[in-house]
Amino acid sequence: MSGNGFDMDRRRFLSAAAAAAGITLAPGITLYGIGHADARALDEPASGKVRWGLLIDVNQCTADCDACVSACAEENGLTGHGRPATDAQWIRKVNVRDPKNGVEKSVPVMCQHCAEPPCVDVCPTGASFKRADGIVLVDKHICIGCRYCMMACPYKARSFVHEDLTDQKPYAPRGKGTVESCTFCVHRVDAGGMPACVEACDSEGNGAMTFGDLNDPDSEISKRVAAYATRQIRADLGVDPGVRYQNL
Amino acid sequence: MRALVFILAMMFLPSLAAAQVAGGVPSPSITQGKGDKCVADTDYMRRYHMRELLHQRDETMHEGIRAKRFSLKECVACHATTDDGGKPVPINAPGQFCASCHKYAAVQIDCFQCHATKPEDGKQAQSPSPFPMTAAAEPETSQ
Amino acid sequence: MASKIAFRTIEGRSIGYLALLAGLGAMVLLGLGSAWVMEHNGHHITGMNNQIVWGMPHVFAVFLVVAASGALNVASIASVFGKTAYKPLSRLSGLLALTLLIGGLGVLVLDLGHPDRLIVAMTTYNFKSIFAWNIYLYNGFMVIVGVYLWFQMERRMQRYAAVAGWVAFIWRLVLTTGTGSIFGFLVAREAYDAAVMAPLFIAMSFSFGLAIFLLVMMASCAWTGRPLGDKLLKRMGTLLAVFIAAVLYFTAAQHLTNLYAAEHAGIERFILADGGILTTLFWWGQVILGSIAPLVLLFLPGSGLRWRVIAASSLVILGGLTQVYIIIIGGQAFPLVMFPGMEVASGFGDGAVAQYGPSWYEVGLGIGGVAFALLAVALAVRVLPFLPATLADSAVDPHHTKPEPKGAVPAGA
Repeated sequence: MSGNGFDMDRRRFLSAAAAAAGITLAPGITLYGIGHADARALDEPASGKVRWGLLIDVNQCTADCDACVSACAEENGLTGHGRPATDAQWIRKVNVRDPKNGVEKSVPVMCQHCAEPPCVDVCPTGASFKRADGIVLVDKHICIGCRYCMMACPYKARSFVHEDLTDQKPYAPRGKGTVESCTFCVHRVDAGGMPACVEACDSEGNGAMTFGDLNDPDSEISKRVAAYATRQIRADLGVDPGVRYQNL
Repeated sequence: MRALVFILAMMFLPSLAAAQVAGGVPSPSITQGKGDKCVADTDYMRRYHMRELLHQRDETMHEGIRAKRFSLKECVACHATTDDGGKPVPINAPGQFCASCHKYAAVQIDCFQCHATKPEDGKQAQSPSPFPMTAAAEPETSQ
Repeated sequence: MASKIAFRTIEGRSIGYLALLAGLGAMVLLGLGSAWVMEHNGHHITGMNNQIVWGMPHVFAVFLVVAASGALNVASIASVFGKTAYKPLSRLSGLLALTLLIGGLGVLVLDLGHPDRLIVAMTTYNFKSIFAWNIYLYNGFMVIVGVYLWFQMERRMQRYAAVAGWVAFIWRLVLTTGTGSIFGFLVAREAYDAAVMAPLFIAMSFSFGLAIFLLVMMASCAWTGRPLGDKLLKRMGTLLAVFIAAVLYFTAAQHLTNLYAAEHAGIERFILADGGILTTLFWWGQVILGSIAPLVLLFLPGSGLRWRVIAASSLVILGGLTQVYIIIIGGQAFPLVMFPGMEVASGFGDGAVAQYGPSWYEVGLGIGGVAFALLAVALAVRVLPFLPATLADSAVDPHHTKPEPKGAVPAGA
């Protein structure tokens, strides 16, 4: 082969390799800038090394703020039908009052993404499942709508879809006859972002919520859990929720 | 025995006749999707699109693998049409992409009970879209 | 000395029989129609919601399934416990068990959010779920009872009937334990999460199953002119009383244990005192009318045995439905205790007792299931020889010495 041909091949190879490297790295760099430094590539499976968790500082929640609730409804397309008994509610503010001293707190409660979820245990088809990274989801393809998981959840986190739905958000499919609950905005988390409620709390609310990897000792949430006393709702049940509360 | 054959023939002949007369079920109308080609050959997709979708949905759901090649959201994004006013038409409306073939083949699908029938609109949600619309790589020819 | 009992189909040509079929058939259609409307429109038209997720359909379904396993008991008394007086009743017992179970499962499946995904439920399993095990237990029960019936009715196979009877007996105990464990395994709710749920359900199955069997047996004999001996009836009535007492015992054990613990004071106060309609249903429906009144009726001396057994059985059935209602609805109406000792309120019903108002669709579906079970029995006895030709004491009871009562056996209806 002539020297020119060989150089041309080598040049083409090098430029192609550089382009390939650039294309491979670009998404990671973009994600690095936006969300978590350890965001995984989208075509990789969720990893058990990560455990997503949420820390809520209840002292920062005011009774009249429902930024998290509205953001969740907006993000996931939870349109109400004027029927509060059957409308879906993925996150809610619970007013907790101590009758002995009258102290009231407003506590956001959503799916607690337990490590030993009772809803996963009771689902007959396995539609209710826990992903490797700790997010508890409903696989609506195999959900038969028996609502046993709703009976089993100690936090009343799950809702049943009682009517036909249209205009769902493309990244949050939901439909009649299946059960649903807070997904930690898994579509955002997988892309390196954070749940809509946390983002709304940061921007419009009181900065009460911290989301992150509980298994990473350097994450914000792990540092706070190590520094401050936090607790889980109904810790006595032994289900080990991924949502922790401070000052509750 | 002969009576049985006669009865069965009487049951089926009228529908055959009607099909001849009326031209049968309307053939599916395949609307041209966006971009220059689909993620796989037409023949491959015609035969295996459900298998790929079902496999992809399990991977996405249970493992969080959001590869875009056989993502239902991407199918809708390419194959949905807009009406005269520029508004997106739901992809499960009669005559649209999925419905026309499935009606012809008389195979009911329930994907769109849950999945959005219109592509994600231009106004992005806070998270960036992880799926830039690039041309697909060469599809595999082996299963 | 008891002679061999012959089994015969019924003639099934009378106006009364056709009217019965038509009436039951109409109720089945009502049930199917209710299911169609519920599935088409979504569950928002029912009284079930995100607080009370299981309603009347589940009350009926659980009652029917529990009664189904109990109805098989009569056959078990013959083949497992060797009481030959019950042998002529074995076929009807198996038939009733099968149809009650199918009726109950039908109601359960038709209430699902996605009944079209039944095939998914039967092929994809999470074996940590008692529901998944129940799918095997219920289907297995149907197969086993089917085989048991075939063994009894096929002359060549009759010598294996006892083995099938044993298998069926053990299977149904496991099945009923599984049904009770649906509730017993739930840690979340104050009213459940108790090991006593399984034996309570076993006792309930004995009681409800025998009560339904008694009514069906008495109706079959009365409407087809088959004699029914007083001694047999008295024996079964006494057995029913024992079962009622067993249910009362387990109920008492459950509540007394809960009353002792401060943790469960809330739910006990709710059911026993503060629960409004639920408290009324508990004391008047379940305890007084459903348990104590039938016990009194069954032990009253003197004549009028027939009407006393009919009244007692009917009260047991109504009391049983009430008991299942209190378990299912009461357990859900009481709010989840997420913050013990605190007063809780929210826009999602936290801290508040949930109200439940059943819709006609749910009741219609439940009634459809009951009607299906009875319709299937009515049709089956016309087609195959399930009913014994006679249940007179002289024919049935091996120790019978009294002569036949004076009334002659009338011709078949």
